[in-house]
Amino acid sequence: MTEAASAIMAPAGGGLLPLPVLIPAAGVLLSFLLGGRKAERVAFGLMAVQLGVAVAIASLVWRSGEPLVYILGGYGPPLGIALRADGFSAAMLIAASLIMPAAGLYARVNFATPDEGEKRAPLVFWTLLQAIQAALGLIFLGGDLFNLYVALELLTFAAVPLVSLDGRPETLAAALRYLMFALFGALFYLLGVALLYGAYGTLDIVLLARQIRPEPAVWLAAGLMTAGLLAKTALFPLHLWLPPAHANAPAPASAVLSGLVVKGSFFLLVRLWFDVLPALPVAVPGAILATLGSAAILGGSVLALRQERLKLLIAYSTVAQIGYLFLMFPLAAGPWAAEAFSGGVMQALSHAFAKAAMFLSAGLVAESLGHDRIAGLGGAGRAMPVTFLALGLGGLSLMGLPPSGGFAAKWLLMKASVEAGQWVWAVVMLAGGLLAGGYLYRVLKPALSEQPLRLKRAPLRSREYVALTLALAALLLAFAPPAFFAFLQIGRPGAGLALR
Amino acid sequence: MTSATLAGLVGAALVGLGLYGVIADPQLLRKILAFNLIGSGVFLVFGIVARKGAAAGLSADPVPQAMVITGIVVAFAASAIAVALTLRLSEETGATTLPPDALARPPGEGADAE
Repeated sequence: MTEAASAIMAPAGGGLLPLPVLIPAAGVLLSFLLGGRKAERVAFGLMAVQLGVAVAIASLVWRSGEPLVYILGGYGPPLGIALRADGFSAAMLIAASLIMPAAGLYARVNFATPDEGEKRAPLVFWTLLQAIQAALGLIFLGGDLFNLYVALELLTFAAVPLVSLDGRPETLAAALRYLMFALFGALFYLLGVALLYGAYGTLDIVLLARQIRPEPAVWLAAGLMTAGLLAKTALFPLHLWLPPAHANAPAPASAVLSGLVVKGSFFLLVRLWFDVLPALPVAVPGAILATLGSAAILGGSVLALRQERLKLLIAYSTVAQIGYLFLMFPLAAGPWAAEAFSGGVMQALSHAFAKAAMFLSAGLVAESLGHDRIAGLGGAGRAMPVTFLALGLGGLSLMGLPPSGGFAAKWLLMKASVEAGQWVWAVVMLAGGLLAGGYLYRVLKPALSEQPLRLKRAPLRSREYVALTLALAALLLAFAPPAFFAFLQIGRPGAGLALR
Repeated sequence: MTSATLAGLVGAALVGLGLYGVIADPQLLRKILAFNLIGSGVFLVFGIVARKGAAAGLSADPVPQAMVITGIVVAFAASAIAVALTLRLSEETGATTLPPDALARPPGEGADAE
């Protein structure tokens, strides 16, 4: 019980926890007020501070070996709201603080403010980018299910307008479709929250986890919340909104949407099943989630194989890669639980970096060639080698070939599924890797041909290196030491679950 | 039938009606209204929950009411964004429904590049 009590009481160091929400939120206000070029400068300045804070939080979690807690306003749960940082949230926070400025650096060309006056698109872009960062910070740290609902909605409201920034009709339609799915998901989530509050009178994650028993109200709430979050995460068959939204958005926005925003609702699913509902038997719901995940892997990859445009291909590959994330759920209980959890988190992290790199590269391809038809990529690899290197290295992680973060993730998940005797997931993962190899080959084969090609304009070196750095980060994850996986387990109630 | 049961049933009916509207009606504006119906139903359920908290021994439970107010603000913001996008779509194309297939081609990197 002492351990549980310490999860409620605030140990030293929790004072940093409001900052990852407050800093970007202040940035949103400042950028909006100051406007013009200053919006961009505020964004970059505060993103640097945010990265420092994220690293500081991670090192505090690492040193103390237990989650950090901050009680907002001094009102403790169940009445007040707690912010908590465990290993998983600290890792996601750092990943977000790295990918955001990378997308920002890339976007400086697209969203430069003109010398005189103001342009709508840059102001909105820099403001919303920070709004996404604030919402993600709240999602990663929030310890109260209703507070997390608000964070989830903030994330949606910041992400949807990014899709339609250039105002073309098809982007408006894509943004609206995205919004419809997201609203549907949010209301289902909220209904589940209402049921849980009715049953237990608290929404604090730690307090709830202690009281929850498998009873009808909890199953219903879990089902509603899961369905809602699945719509926001775009798991098959609720993925229909994702490809048009992610493929039509400007490239830096696509990178953030595909790399980070879908991980926000996935993060909440993990919180829900691993932290709020560990008392529920996970076998049946886990198997359902993993079956949908398998369908996403196979279906998304096959659809990616059939796309004619690079950005759509990458968007469908996101549908497939999201599927892998859900293979961790049926493996959540048992001696292999830690492995499965590490694998799922590793997949979330490596996909975030790899997919951001690929969308930025695809954006460079589209700008340099004037189109992104795969049939017209002949010789592009020779004309812009760094861009295609980034694209290929990102693809390595998607296929799950060593050395890459994707390999580490899929290896861990596969090992766990074999140990658990659930072979079918391992087979799906192998098939998914082969299919990913297939759709990447479709892109890289024409690109590496000797065909002569004249670029409309050469890509800026600095932007190519931004994409390459992200792709290299996805590779570097493959060399994560065992200490990193121990770090991810900090604050996991699953440690006790595994022994049962 | 107690008033709480009645309110609960009405809440459930609102969610059901809203869901039907969201799925069955192609008109965007009606979809947005239907989302607001679902929202109202969910808020009603939250209201019942507050009564239940009162029954559990608390003299009254203000927390769900605070949550409902927050939820209403969030729902308002959602409706505002949805209406703004719908308006813009109908200004651009004259359409008031979503096209069946939005997988349109991105020309170059879009207008933002220029």
